[in-house]
Amino acid sequence: MKKTPLYEKHVDLKAKIIDFGGWAMPVQYTNVIEEHKTTRESATLFDICHMGEIEVKGPQALDLLQFALTRDLAGQKTGQVKLSALLNDRGGIIDDLTVYKMSEDFYMLVTNATTRESDFLRVQSILQEKKFDCRMEDVSNKTGKLDLQGPRSEDILQKLTPADLKGIRFYHFIESQVAGLQAIISRSGYTGEDGFEIYASADHIGLIWDQLMETGAVSGLKPAGLGARDTLRLESGMMLNGQDMCEAVSPLAVPYGWLVDWNKDFAGKSALMTLKNQGLRKKLIGFEMTGRGIARHHYKVTKGDREIGVVTSGTYAPTLNKAIGLAFVVIEFAVPDTEVSIHIRDALSPAKVVKLPFYKRQK
Amino acid sequence: MSKSNPTDRLYSKDHEWVKDNGDGTAAVGITDYAQEMLTDIVFVELPPIGKKVAKGEPMAVVESVKSVSDVFAPVGGEVIDVNKILEETPELINQDAFHEGWIARLKLSNAEDLKPLLNAAAYDALIKEEKH
Repeated sequence: MKKTPLYEKHVDLKAKIIDFGGWAMPVQYTNVIEEHKTTRESATLFDICHMGEIEVKGPQALDLLQFALTRDLAGQKTGQVKLSALLNDRGGIIDDLTVYKMSEDFYMLVTNATTRESDFLRVQSILQEKKFDCRMEDVSNKTGKLDLQGPRSEDILQKLTPADLKGIRFYHFIESQVAGLQAIISRSGYTGEDGFEIYASADHIGLIWDQLMETGAVSGLKPAGLGARDTLRLESGMMLNGQDMCEAVSPLAVPYGWLVDWNKDFAGKSALMTLKNQGLRKKLIGFEMTGRGIARHHYKVTKGDREIGVVTSGTYAPTLNKAIGLAFVVIEFAVPDTEVSIHIRDALSPAKVVKLPFYKRQK
Repeated sequence: MSKSNPTDRLYSKDHEWVKDNGDGTAAVGITDYAQEMLTDIVFVELPPIGKKVAKGEPMAVVESVKSVSDVFAPVGGEVIDVNKILEETPELINQDAFHEGWIARLKLSNAEDLKPLLNAAAYDALIKEEKH
């Protein structure tokens, strides 16, 4: 398994290590519920070094990304982050990734860990075919990433950076220093809380981790693993690529229609248009259990004696103290308040379709 | 941090305990080591009373936030009582796996089932090995 630069720290902290897409990652340090609640109430630090970073540089960097990605990036300002989708020629999602505009001719793409290679190959093949004047580099191995998440994140990070954090709006970033080391500080995350994604050299990320843990201790900062990351993102109604979506799923079938800008040309557009005109058969919805039990990935969804779909993500939600999930269901049942059943082992347990997100923080 | 394994009962290699009541019935649960491995237990599915289970067969289900695990019957028998409190407070297993967190009581179908089970010392040795 691949290891992040922080692996030894997780072992020293006695984290439980799992294989996440070929990476040896901490799933929990103490327990998921505790780490989840700490994120909602104070702050936690996640090792996210496994995610991918791809740099795109050159006079036609924007032209390449405009064609490769579904989102219209024409209005994106330097210092702004945009979430976008990267599609295959069938209109299916290769990845949902974030686009950082570093300067007029310099962008950074932040990809999911498991799709980093396929993202790179897809964008690279578009670059070669269209002969845009720019170049790409996969900088994942030399880039470290930490997510500092939770309501106390700003107070903790402000002690270690000269940057004015209050001045950074959600989905914006600046290039500055953390603990005296060069870093990108982005106000964003995958937990539904306020917080920051911090990018720095892989050689420096361990020092930044140590400094944050030390400085944050007084504010209740704790490390958190992928277990809490998963329950946090699910409560906040965010999807996980490879689980809630895959290359066979279009952005229209999941709550990603807003990432598609039809007024520009992009790779996969004609297939997506065909799918749109055909109409959707199934759609991703949120549901909560009204009966006993916890829905899990792959459990079947039924209505009466008809099988209408499948659960893609399901868990016990610590903040809400109930069982929730995401499922693909036949379009006619994809309506809030629809009563359905989840097939749990050899029994059916009632659930109902609800609007996303399940949890929204008070601002 | 693990609590020590009580000597008044027997253990399976799958980390269940059996306490023979001496009247043809036995209480069954999972060990403190098992609850520690599972961490935050958030759901327990109990067997219906009257259900007959064979030794080694799934008898109940314990779920943590991230996992679903079967509890195997360490002995064969008929379920005569279940710890209903676990339906509302599954975390009782985390807090007290050996006592308050018991799962079911069985009427033993064959006392011979108890023989191959481990005593506390043998079970201590087993988990010590697993930890390495």
